[in-house]
Amino acid sequence: MGFYKTLYGAALVAAFAAPALAQDMNAIEARQGQFKLYGHNIAVLGGMAQGRMDYDAEMAQTAADNLFHLTRHDQSRLWPEGTDSSMVMETRAKAEIWENLDDFTAKFVALQEASAALQGVAGDGLDALRPAVGAVGASCGACHEDYREES
Amino acid sequence: MNRLGRVVLALAIVGGTLGWYVTRPVTLPETVSERLTGDAQAGERIFLAAGCASCHMGTEDDADPLVLSGGAQFETHFGTFYAPNISPDRDHGIGGWTQADFLDAVMRGVSPQGQHYYPAFPYTSYAKADPQDMADLYEYMMTLPADATPSRDHDLGFPFNIRRSVGVWKALFMTRDWAVTGDLTAEETQGRYLAEALAHCAECHTPRNALGGMDRARWLEGAPNPSGSGRIPAIVGDDFSWTAFDISAYLETGFTPSFDVAGGSMSKVIANLGQLDKAELDAIAAYILRAADE
Repeated sequence: MGFYKTLYGAALVAAFAAPALAQDMNAIEARQGQFKLYGHNIAVLGGMAQGRMDYDAEMAQTAADNLFHLTRHDQSRLWPEGTDSSMVMETRAKAEIWENLDDFTAKFVALQEASAALQGVAGDGLDALRPAVGAVGASCGACHEDYREES
Repeated sequence: MNRLGRVVLALAIVGGTLGWYVTRPVTLPETVSERLTGDAQAGERIFLAAGCASCHMGTEDDADPLVLSGGAQFETHFGTFYAPNISPDRDHGIGGWTQADFLDAVMRGVSPQGQHYYPAFPYTSYAKADPQDMADLYEYMMTLPADATPSRDHDLGFPFNIRRSVGVWKALFMTRDWAVTGDLTAEETQGRYLAEALAHCAECHTPRNALGGMDRARWLEGAPNPSGSGRIPAIVGDDFSWTAFDISAYLETGFTPSFDVAGGSMSKVIANLGQLDKAELDAIAAYILRAADE
C-alpha cells in the first residue's frame, strides 16, 4: 500500500510538475524579476499614495520613470509556451494566458498606458499622483484577476 | 401487517413528516417587511459593502458593475453554479419582486416561489444583517439598469440538484450567531457587522467541511479556493502579520504591504469595498485583528 502510494505520488509529481527545461526556467525567473522590479518602484509610488511615506516629487518621478521604462521591456521571450502553472510548479501564470494571448496582450498594453500617464503626473503633487497610481494598480489587478493563480 | 411492520411504518411517517418539516423553506415573519421603508440612497453603501456586483455583474471585460446581468460561473465539487440576473428586469431579473420577496431571498435564502436557494449565494452572512439595511439595498437595486439576459440553471449532481436538500444544509449549518464574540470596541463591533453580515469575508476565507458548511472553529484561517485552484489566504494566525493600516490600505487601494496587487476574486471585492469610507475600512481592519485573538 505504502509502496503504491509512493509510486502514485511520484507519477503525479512527474505528470504535473516535471522539472522545467533550463531555458524555460530562465524565462520564468526573468519575468518574475521584472514583476519584482515593478513592485520595487510601486512601493515608492503606492507608499506615498497610501500615506506610508511623505510625498517627494523627485522620488516619485524617478520611480514613475523606472516603471515606465520597465513596462517597455520587450515581452516576446519571456512567455514561452508551456511555462504555465499546470506545467511548472514555480509559476502562478495560468494556462489561460496562452489561450487568450490577444486579451493578455491588451491587458499588458493597458499597464503600459497607465504607467505612461503616471509618469506624466508623478511630480505634480500627491493629489495628482494618487489616482494615477490607482489606475496602475487597477491595470495590474485586471490581469491578476484572470491570469494569475491564487497563491 | 405485523407489529414490526406497523412500527416501521409509523416511524417512517413520523420521520418523513419531521424531515419535511425540518427542511421546509422558512421565510421572515411578514411583519418584518411591513414596518420597513427602504431608502435607495442609503442602500448604495450597503450594495458596495455586501459586494453584490462581485458575483452578479456581467462577465465581459468591460462589464458595468451596476448592470447585474449575472452569468459568472462557479465550479465547485457540488457542480457548477451560475450567478443569476438580479437586475430589476421584470422577466429575467428581480423587477417583479416585492420588498418582502427580497428580504426572504437575501436573509433566509428562500425564493419568491418558496424554494431554497443554494448557499453559494451568501445569505448565511446576510442573515445577520439589519433588515433596514436590506430594505435600503432593495430600493437601491431597483434603481439600477434592467438587463434582459436570461439566468442560467445551475448544473449540479445528485443529491445536490434537489433544492429541498438545502433545507438539511440550513438546519445543520446556518446560524445567525456572530463568529467573533466577547467585549468588542465600538469600532470592532462596526467592523464585525461590515465583515460578517455584509462583506462576507468568511465565505471564502474560512474552510468548509465536506458538505460545504463553514468550519467556524477555523474562522478566517484560509481555505482551498471554492471555485478554482490555489488557496484563499489566511487573514488570521501566525502566517498573517498585517497591521490595521495594512489591511485598511489594501482594501482601499488593492496594494498589499509588499506592493503586490490583489488578483482573483479579491480584485472585484476591492473594487466595491474600496469605495466605502476610510473609517469603515479601518473598522473592518480592527475586526480582522480582533478575530485573530479568538
